[in-house]
Amino acid sequence: MIHRFLPLLVTSAVLVVGFLLCAAQFPAFASLRVVGNLLTDNAFLGITAVGMTFVILSGGIDLSVGAVIGFTTVLLAVLIEQGGWHPVSAFAAALAVAGGFGAAMGAVIHVFQMPPFIVTLAGMFVARGLGFVLSTDSIPINHPLYAELGDLALRFDGGGKLTLPALLMLGVVAAAVVCAHWTRFGANLYALGGNRQSAELMGVPVGRTTVAVYALSGLLAGLAGIVFSLYTGAGYSLAATGVELDTITAVVIGGTQLTGGYGYVIGTFIGLLIQGLIQTYITFDGSLSSWWTKIAIGVLLFVFILLQKGLLAVWTGRGGTPAEA
Amino acid sequence: MSRTWLISAAAAAALLIGLGGAQAADKKLVVGFSQIGSESGWRAAETKTAKTEAEKRGIDLKISDAQQKQENQIKAVRSFVAQGVDAIFIAPVVATGWDSVLKEAKEAKIPVVLLDRQIETRDPGLYMTAVTSDTVLEGRVAGEWLAKQTGGTCNVVELQGTVGSSPAINRKKGFDEVVAKTPGMKIVRTQSGDFTRAKGKEVMESFIKAENGGKGICAVYAHNDDMAVGAIQAIKEAGLKPGKDILVVSIDGVPDIFKAMAEGEANATVELTPNMAGPAFDALIAFKKDGKAPPKWIQTESALFTPDTAKAEYERRKDAY
Repeated sequence: MIHRFLPLLVTSAVLVVGFLLCAAQFPAFASLRVVGNLLTDNAFLGITAVGMTFVILSGGIDLSVGAVIGFTTVLLAVLIEQGGWHPVSAFAAALAVAGGFGAAMGAVIHVFQMPPFIVTLAGMFVARGLGFVLSTDSIPINHPLYAELGDLALRFDGGGKLTLPALLMLGVVAAAVVCAHWTRFGANLYALGGNRQSAELMGVPVGRTTVAVYALSGLLAGLAGIVFSLYTGAGYSLAATGVELDTITAVVIGGTQLTGGYGYVIGTFIGLLIQGLIQTYITFDGSLSSWWTKIAIGVLLFVFILLQKGLLAVWTGRGGTPAEA
Repeated sequence: MSRTWLISAAAAAALLIGLGGAQAADKKLVVGFSQIGSESGWRAAETKTAKTEAEKRGIDLKISDAQQKQENQIKAVRSFVAQGVDAIFIAPVVATGWDSVLKEAKEAKIPVVLLDRQIETRDPGLYMTAVTSDTVLEGRVAGEWLAKQTGGTCNVVELQGTVGSSPAINRKKGFDEVVAKTPGMKIVRTQSGDFTRAKGKEVMESFIKAENGGKGICAVYAHNDDMAVGAIQAIKEAGLKPGKDILVVSIDGVPDIFKAMAEGEANATVELTPNMAGPAFDALIAFKKDGKAPPKWIQTESALFTPDTAKAEYERRKDAY
């Protein structure tokens, strides 16, 4: 039983040990402020990564998320600042557009039996391009509600706080854990990612699940876009470039298998915090090149993939199955 | 679940090392610098100069390279606040989106200095000062030198920077001011060379063809040195002598233009100094000493350089870039 949770345990151990090492070197590290920052700064990444976890669990991939975030921020800025929309209706419109965009990609993937990699790559170009068509400038959003939402936070002693983006992310992660493990949709996802043919034979609605999972990923990317625009108070078509790769990294470090069918949402969350932790450490140090973040994460990623591969070999050797039963 | 872990980990760590702040004993100023990246030679020189200027003043400088991403810059600023640095320098990658993180710095009473670019903000009180060059002045200095050098009579061709970019607009504006008040000086042709060497050369070639093989051109004014270096190439290929038949004046002061000046192929450059951090450190030290807030805008010097000092300047600069 223990080996099912082994990747998750290793990831958690890396996070805890990493945090203790950082705190031992920099006393200011062990503060609620740093923990709060970690959650706030990675909120948009976390929300996106939850959607990515679902897509990868179903055996797919979604490369369009970063571009959808960028597009959403520009759409919001244009609607609110140039169109005079109220932010709340702009949020609703942005979520509908992003979710619809994801659903459309899911439909193309299912109906034409196309590889998700290609379809979502095309989606990435389309979304990024549309952002630039709307505006090439970065547009500040000056609506008073934005300032209010930006200030909204649960405050703790010592300058630590849980901002609205951080709370939203924690909410999304919690909802996703429930959805993955205690709903029909979640069970369908694991089945689909584990083995498509047997899922079909078991009566899993493959088409509906595929469309739904990409729609969900699009929707969450849209939500991440809203969070990003709250975070910066602006819309910019170059925002969140490369986020798709950061989130895939978080998913894999979190112990989810890229081939689908096995993994945990909470693992993704921890994987994300590890990335954030490394980045914070490098800023605290201040003399290392920030590219060491990428190198450290690259090495971690490599180690985790090897770990997965090794575990898989052990499982198949024993005739067991790694799929969620 | 993991949040509880995090907090208990934090608590455990705090117990392990006892109460933090033991390092606060040494009085060295600590400054966090969120740099955009290292996309150009000038940018790298700015970072390098910031390091040497900090060393000179005994300041502990922490640099974070944002790899061209605003989210990385915001994260870095938050980390600096969490660390409790004495001041934060930001070279902002875009003009918008800084209000909330600057507010955090302000709440923590950490002064913020903008380097080399301004930002758009609802509340200018969020930063202490901005250290940038006056790009209009740069154009004016270049124009005035040319007017003086030619006795006020000169047909100029102009290589503009990237269309719509603020340095291109302002460097044109400053130069045009001089042209307007000098009756014998005229801009006969003007076109964008996109701030690049290749485009500068290409556009200069077409200028020379259009102006009777270059006979009608007295000088070329380029919005940056790179385009000037390209133009020099074009002039040479047309069989003319750059720096003599056609005068060359440009802006930035990168090492290559000093090399060209030393070889007699360029005539003047207006320096955009990479030393943005130096004046910022001085303002900060004065502020920390007697609480005197610096002016909202600290202009860096726009010095003109000519061939007589070019060789020495090239030697001095080639390592910084």
